[in-house]
Amino acid sequence: MSFPSLLIQLLNGLADASSLFMVSAGLSLIFGVTRIVNFAHGSLYMLGLYGAYSLIELLGRTPLGFWSAVILAAFAVGIVGALIEIVVLRRIYRAPELFQLLATFAVVLVIKDVALYAWGSEDLVGPRAPGLSMAVEILGKRIPAYDLLLIVIGPVVLGLLWLLLARTRWGALVRAATQDREMVGALGVDQAKLFTSVFFVGAVLAGLGGALQIPREPANLDLDLTVIADAFVVTVVGGLGSLPGALLAAVLIGVAKALCIGLGTVHVLGVDIVFSKLVLVVEFVIMGVVLVLRPYGLLGKPPAASRAAGAAPLPLAAPRWQTALVWIVVLLAVPLVSDDYVAALLIDIACFGLFAVSLHFIMGPAGMISFGHAAYFGLGAYAGAVLLKRAGLPMEAAFLLAPFCAALFALVYGWFCVRLSGVYLAMLTLAFAQITWSIIFQWDALTSGSNGMIGIWPAAWLADKTRYYYFAMVFCGLGVALLWRVLFSPFGYVLRAGRDSPLRAEAIGINVRGFQWAAFVLAGTMAGLAGAVFAFSKGSISPSAASISQSTDGLVMVLLGGVETLTGPVVGAGVFTWLRDALARETDYWRAVLGLVILLIVVLFPQGLVGGLKMLLGRFRERRA
Amino acid sequence: MSGGKAGAPVLLVEGLHKSFGGVQAVEDVSFALSAGELLALIGPNGAGKSTCFNMLNGQLAPDNGVVRLDGRDIVGLSPRQIWRLGVGRTFQITATFASLSVRENVQMALYSHAGRLRSLFQRFGTAMRREADALLEQIGMLDQAERPCGVLAYGDLKRVELAMALANEPRLLLMDEPTAGMAPRERVALMELTASLARARRIAVLFTEHDMDVVFGQADRIIVLDRGRLIAAGLPEEVRNNPEVRAVYLGGTH
Amino acid sequence: MLTRNRLLAGASALVALSFVAPAFAQEPIKLGEINSYKAFAAFLDPYKKGMELAVDQVNAAGGVLGRKIEVVSRDDNGNPADAVRAAEELLSREKVAFLIGTFPSNVGLAVADFAKQKKTLFIAAEPLTDKIVWDQGNPYTFRLRTSTYMQTAMLIPDAVKLHKKRWAIVYPNYEYGQSATAAFKKLMKEKQPDVEFVAEQATPLGKIDAGAVVQALADAKPDAIFSSLFGADLAKFVRAGTERGLFKGVTVFDLLGGEPEYLDPLKDEAPDGWYVTGYPWSDIKTPEHTKFLDAYRAKFKDYPRLGSVVGYSTVMSAVAAIKKAGSLDQAKLVAAMANLAVDTPFGPITYRAIDHQSTMGTFVGQLGVKDGKGYMKTWRFIDGKDALPSDADVKKMRPAN
Repeated sequence: MSFPSLLIQLLNGLADASSLFMVSAGLSLIFGVTRIVNFAHGSLYMLGLYGAYSLIELLGRTPLGFWSAVILAAFAVGIVGALIEIVVLRRIYRAPELFQLLATFAVVLVIKDVALYAWGSEDLVGPRAPGLSMAVEILGKRIPAYDLLLIVIGPVVLGLLWLLLARTRWGALVRAATQDREMVGALGVDQAKLFTSVFFVGAVLAGLGGALQIPREPANLDLDLTVIADAFVVTVVGGLGSLPGALLAAVLIGVAKALCIGLGTVHVLGVDIVFSKLVLVVEFVIMGVVLVLRPYGLLGKPPAASRAAGAAPLPLAAPRWQTALVWIVVLLAVPLVSDDYVAALLIDIACFGLFAVSLHFIMGPAGMISFGHAAYFGLGAYAGAVLLKRAGLPMEAAFLLAPFCAALFALVYGWFCVRLSGVYLAMLTLAFAQITWSIIFQWDALTSGSNGMIGIWPAAWLADKTRYYYFAMVFCGLGVALLWRVLFSPFGYVLRAGRDSPLRAEAIGINVRGFQWAAFVLAGTMAGLAGAVFAFSKGSISPSAASISQSTDGLVMVLLGGVETLTGPVVGAGVFTWLRDALARETDYWRAVLGLVILLIVVLFPQGLVGGLKMLLGRFRERRA
Repeated sequence: MSGGKAGAPVLLVEGLHKSFGGVQAVEDVSFALSAGELLALIGPNGAGKSTCFNMLNGQLAPDNGVVRLDGRDIVGLSPRQIWRLGVGRTFQITATFASLSVRENVQMALYSHAGRLRSLFQRFGTAMRREADALLEQIGMLDQAERPCGVLAYGDLKRVELAMALANEPRLLLMDEPTAGMAPRERVALMELTASLARARRIAVLFTEHDMDVVFGQADRIIVLDRGRLIAAGLPEEVRNNPEVRAVYLGGTH
Repeated sequence: MLTRNRLLAGASALVALSFVAPAFAQEPIKLGEINSYKAFAAFLDPYKKGMELAVDQVNAAGGVLGRKIEVVSRDDNGNPADAVRAAEELLSREKVAFLIGTFPSNVGLAVADFAKQKKTLFIAAEPLTDKIVWDQGNPYTFRLRTSTYMQTAMLIPDAVKLHKKRWAIVYPNYEYGQSATAAFKKLMKEKQPDVEFVAEQATPLGKIDAGAVVQALADAKPDAIFSSLFGADLAKFVRAGTERGLFKGVTVFDLLGGEPEYLDPLKDEAPDGWYVTGYPWSDIKTPEHTKFLDAYRAKFKDYPRLGSVVGYSTVMSAVAAIKKAGSLDQAKLVAAMANLAVDTPFGPITYRAIDHQSTMGTFVGQLGVKDGKGYMKTWRFIDGKDALPSDADVKKMRPAN
């Protein structure tokens, strides 16, 4: 790469960083004050683009029209953000940590369908910025004037934010709340108002980031999820709550991507390295490296040792064998009274159930949230497929070995992950998952790349759907039983002890990290088992089995069922899988309906479905007694 | 020295130093502690008590100095390893396992001591029940054995901590502000309980404390820290009458 | 024992059927359709309309085998696993005659493999991947749409005629883009041995970093560019390339660029002079297309996109297969699909027996801008059968199963 090219690519990276910074700054601000991981932040960005598109059409393609549209769109999105806080989130601040994530996930579904309804499915290409549609020549290369403007806007917004935070009473409150949430409550500040205003400002930033992209990016329905992943990465790499960190991280990632593209294909020692293919994953590689070296991001500080926001989690109740027996009998009888489809649906539910239980195992009792649990599900599935198709093993052997391949990866990834905690740990699991996904996605010779692998059918004696149903029930059932059994063993109790008080655990001679590592591996193995059962039930497997959306589905299932209950994850997996399947059949706008159903559950049962039912049952008994 | 009948001290500290960014937090502190003896470590805020404590329990590494437990140098060992050598701890802000019952908390410590935590399939809580109940009996918490620690009153949590600290049959008990946050009457009761257990089991106890009634009422000996240095050591009456100590406590800075 | 049981069962079934059959004859024939309606809405909304039109027309004409037809659609969320579950449901619960549909390659391949396992006919409507009929082809799967290889091959004559030496390539980093690129490089090297590929950019689908990609391509100083971008990626690439002067003096070929789904959003920024494959719907005056166009506009008050033609032709293919087979027996249906002739808005097509690919063609030409909208200013139709490799090559690629 020549020097002028390098310079231009640096400028490209800076221009890309601008909007990314704004979205991330909003996300960081909201997390800092409310501790909510706002999954809907990408949707707000998307709304910014759509809003700006429509407003420009309305106000005219003049400089005044364009810029008023951008500003108005940003504030309109701000109002949407405030409404989300008032209507939904305010009701569930007392819920267990991360439960709000479920609500924002539902909001994503709703916003996507609302956008589809309002703006249609076709991509909407907005106008160029009036008066700025020319390109500027730098060292013989052309760069759009608008890109240069974006490079300036990023730091300007940072400056304005800094003024807002440093010079106003509101800013002082936000900073105080970021450092110590309980303190603000104690100071007699109206917490609801503060949270609403923070959501408003965060959403304005997301909307602004989106609206400013209208000359560079067509408004389309996929933006929400592409942006949210990037924004999470930037926020964490920069350090949660650090605005300069967010800018630094956005620039770092923007420039790294631009350089990967700029390098293109490089021949080194007779080998072609296609750097442009790295663009897919470079941000996650950066995040992984940063978190391993600096556990709190580039400019982040270790969070003040605050106790969990809600009340202490309740003790888990062991399942009663009578209940289990009833379920076993029912599940055994299903194929006798129903068709293949019910069996197929129940196999899916069993796989996702085991997947969710394995996620819950580390997330609930062990207190290690994972945003990348699908990695092990996908690895188990792919290991089964690769051992069958590439290594030529019999199906039975491929199936039994698959979970151990997932375990191997969990062993390596887990070693790094258990060194972190909280959201940082979650994001490191995500980084590993995305790196795994991108390898699966691109290693054509081994995994058939984006196409996925086909022809992964079970051995002849299992080919019959009913037989495979029993096979799946036995293995998933054993997996779930094993994990539940372990939860009530000394090992499982140690995990809960380590979550409740790492300090006390160490003081009575417990190697908390070692136990967490072992738990991570066990959970990964069981997720791998679920993946293997899944792959052989479908006959094919594609990279989506290891994708972010699969990880998110797992989180949704656990939270929906109730993270503080034992059976919640299974119920969550069942309800979510069944709902999605049933709703998709009934209506074109199934995503919105699914989102609304989840929101309803969230508001009615802040402890999750099982938690909520238990509470109702408890009240009922009290009344009778 | 009272209580030094057994000869060699349980805990021997010599020339302990620690500085943070050029500020001397602990400077040349030495003392010894024998089995069955209650030693109070006192001093005004910022005197270096916590730093001193954390160097004994493995949370902090000293810049210099020797810490011997039964003659064995424990500098550089982790809190876990130090616990394995027979050191129990209670914390200034109680640290218990909130989602576990009182009995399970104590059992956790007992299991750990017995090396039985790695078991994957045995049901937790079936073993060591008698031992746990015996400890709970001693601290008067048996009637609350089934309650989760998350719902206990603060004073009760302190007692659970004490039971957990006793679970590994310690030679030495390190108690950081054991009575902080408790009602005055409870304080004396807890320390009397501690003292009787320590004497019965021949455990050496080092504790920091703000409540002078507790200190002078329960401690066999007292050492006084000020600005990282040891300014006095001796029997309660000796310390009470020490002019330097009086100056520190009554005259503020000097 | 077993045989006797079977005989008994068979006999009783026959008896039962003789009573029930007349009632059944009135039931519509169900076609099980699976697609990624939400994940690829821009293409599949018009596709669905195309299907609806076909169903209306078929039923108005009395249906097939004396029964009406009905399409039972399922959304697979763009996920192969969901698609397989939907297929299971369609077969076992809805009792559909066979399966049609699918959009992305991975979903198409997964359903194809499922169809093979279930020994059920599957007409893949839209997946472009060559593998579905070649490397991973199976006896039960047939594909309607002009494949990646075919569309690329259709652009080759123009590319060779221009005799550009230095080519840069940009493609979305997944099956479709990778196959298009591989096919393009292979065919160009055959036809023009002195060709040089000076830059190659694989961009994440839907996430192209347009400015940087344009700059990297410009740095390679190409004479021509071959792109297989579409959708939002294409729009971003066109704008960034125009702003940065990438396309000055450079010839650009873009696969799919003339399809209304991807061309229309560009409005007046449609790049003049690009060579594309596409669908110049307003200019096609053949009787079969005019008939389709008029019916479509009358029903939906909208113009058709390429997806509409694909949806329409998929249903028409399914109906033709049932008519030819004369029954819903899978073996007969599959046999009927071989060399099945179907009339589509693009003219008659045939499903080749050798690889189960239809000979549906597409339109190739150059883009222009008129009345603030992009259109294909020159175009010609290329029949699919003229863009396929030799039978010997096909046999080599397709496993003998």
